[in-house]
Amino acid sequence: MSAVLAADPLLGGDIDLTVVLIVIAKTVVIFALLLVLVMFYIWFLRKVIADMQNRVGPDNAGPWGILQTLADGIKFFFKEQSIPDTADRWVFRLAPYLSVLPAFLAFSIIPIGGKVSIAGHQTYLQLADPPIGVLFLLMMSGIGLYGVMLAGWASGSKYPLLGSVRASAQLLSYEAAFGLSVVAVLLHSGTLSTRGIANAQAWTSWHSFVTDWYWSVAIVSFVIFVIAAVAETNHPPFDLVEAEQELVGGFHTEYTGIRFAIFFLAEFMNVITMSAIAVTLFLGGPSGPALGFLPKTGVVNVWLMPIFWFFLKLMALLFGTVWLRASLPRLRYDQLMDLGWKWLIEISFLAVMVTGVVVVARDQGWERWIAVPAAFGGAIVILGLLRMCMPRRDEPVSEVV
Amino acid sequence: MGLAKGFGVTWRQMFRPRVTTPYPDEKRPKPERFHGRHVLNRYEDGMEKCIGCELCAGVCPAQCIYVRGADNPPDAPVSPGERYGFVYEINYLRCIHCDLCVEACPTEAITETKLFEFSFSNREDAIYTKAELLVGDDGRAKRQPWELWMGGEDDLTSGWMRATAPSGDIDFAGRIAWSNELGFGERPAEVGQSEDEADLESDVASSESSESIEAAAPGGVEHDA
Repeated sequence: MSAVLAADPLLGGDIDLTVVLIVIAKTVVIFALLLVLVMFYIWFLRKVIADMQNRVGPDNAGPWGILQTLADGIKFFFKEQSIPDTADRWVFRLAPYLSVLPAFLAFSIIPIGGKVSIAGHQTYLQLADPPIGVLFLLMMSGIGLYGVMLAGWASGSKYPLLGSVRASAQLLSYEAAFGLSVVAVLLHSGTLSTRGIANAQAWTSWHSFVTDWYWSVAIVSFVIFVIAAVAETNHPPFDLVEAEQELVGGFHTEYTGIRFAIFFLAEFMNVITMSAIAVTLFLGGPSGPALGFLPKTGVVNVWLMPIFWFFLKLMALLFGTVWLRASLPRLRYDQLMDLGWKWLIEISFLAVMVTGVVVVARDQGWERWIAVPAAFGGAIVILGLLRMCMPRRDEPVSEVV
Repeated sequence: MGLAKGFGVTWRQMFRPRVTTPYPDEKRPKPERFHGRHVLNRYEDGMEKCIGCELCAGVCPAQCIYVRGADNPPDAPVSPGERYGFVYEINYLRCIHCDLCVEACPTEAITETKLFEFSFSNREDAIYTKAELLVGDDGRAKRQPWELWMGGEDDLTSGWMRATAPSGDIDFAGRIAWSNELGFGERPAEVGQSEDEADLESDVASSESSESIEAAAPGGVEHDA
């Protein structure tokens, strides 16, 4: 037990009342932070999309309309809820919570700050740092699907079912590429703990960054991770699950009132969580240049700067998701499958192999400026061969007897 | 690359100026001849302009106006002439705001404000009686509780009248040929009509461009062949 918990110095020693209170406080803060982030993100999304479409966006509730989400939430609370006669009532009620819980839980392993000391205890600014961190993350993104799937199935209606079938197929297709792009990160950092990964990628100097050569393959993994994460969160342009033009509303067609709102809470929370995970796995989490003129132990350097860097990176990624939403039209279903199976999985496989070369070259002391480009060349050749083996679009696929 | 181009478009749009008017707080200025809800005008001495001739009711294509005239009481006349509008009602569930009543009126008694934001919760409210239509002692429309008046919507209630030269003849454009109004006095003529050189030039330009469009149209080519 202690080995599992020892990652956080808070839980390494004796566990007394203060420690319990600190953990509870961190839980509450993370919960509230995530809710406020969702509220802010929805407002931010609507404002930026409005900007990109030459509109004004919400501007009446609060200054610059910042309380619009709160107003919407209050409205949802007071709306009538209905359950279709053909619905599986118990599962129908359960599904929204099944989809929102994993989004909350996944955020608990995100490091949002450095090591601080509260009431004489050293602790990390993150709710939990389990040694299985990234596996927990993959687990949660898998469980999140159940909410969508069961919602569609339990509605007892055709369009929601179609939407949830699409969701399952989409998630299965992209989970592979998603997992493989994470594997590349794990290979390099050699740990599953999210803080360990963030620390392994913490900034040291330009020289070590460039000569490490990990950046070259990390860019590929990052792009694949972002595409797969966007697909897994059913975010445009991969929002086939709730394609209004085809499926009415997709899996949430039969949902009304606060249950409907919970689905949207989960969806936006997933976007934020996935962005936070991308920050942790690829962008170094809360690390960043410290302000040299401040003392090493000051409140600003220890508390605020890591949090500032984390949220700056998070904001940049969240803006990216909004930009995607405003710019790209929805993929057709065959395009979605094509991209997932014929491109992302192969490229992420090859990226894992190249990462392996980077790591081995580091450990064996090879000349990395020769080994890594050579590995890239090999990967591109293999990708070309794989593409040549694939059936063309107009070519009938012969059945295997 | 197409993808980058799409992202570029949305990025550029972010810095373009907005054209949105924050509507309930601010209204765009309306054209001078805008057709809104009606008012019954009065002369500067307070007398009503309506003479109860029922021409407006007769011309109304929606048959939403109901007028009954009566003889002016000799000791307390309501209008300068022999007769006055005894009953005057407009049903706004039917009115299409075509302004034919305004054109038909021989005494410029009925004109239209620029108010169009009036919604009723029952049919009685939709039928405006003479008490509601007649301008107040300041010459402005009487505001009903369900009407959203903002800005200068009741400033220019006779825009159509002032814009039209008598008998539509361009030689009379800009000449004042209308009676004074209570609260406003003698209204000036609408400016910027066709006697202005700038307007004439733009007219020529627009006719030229329409000709070039006709010449470029495939229909014209077929006709020549």
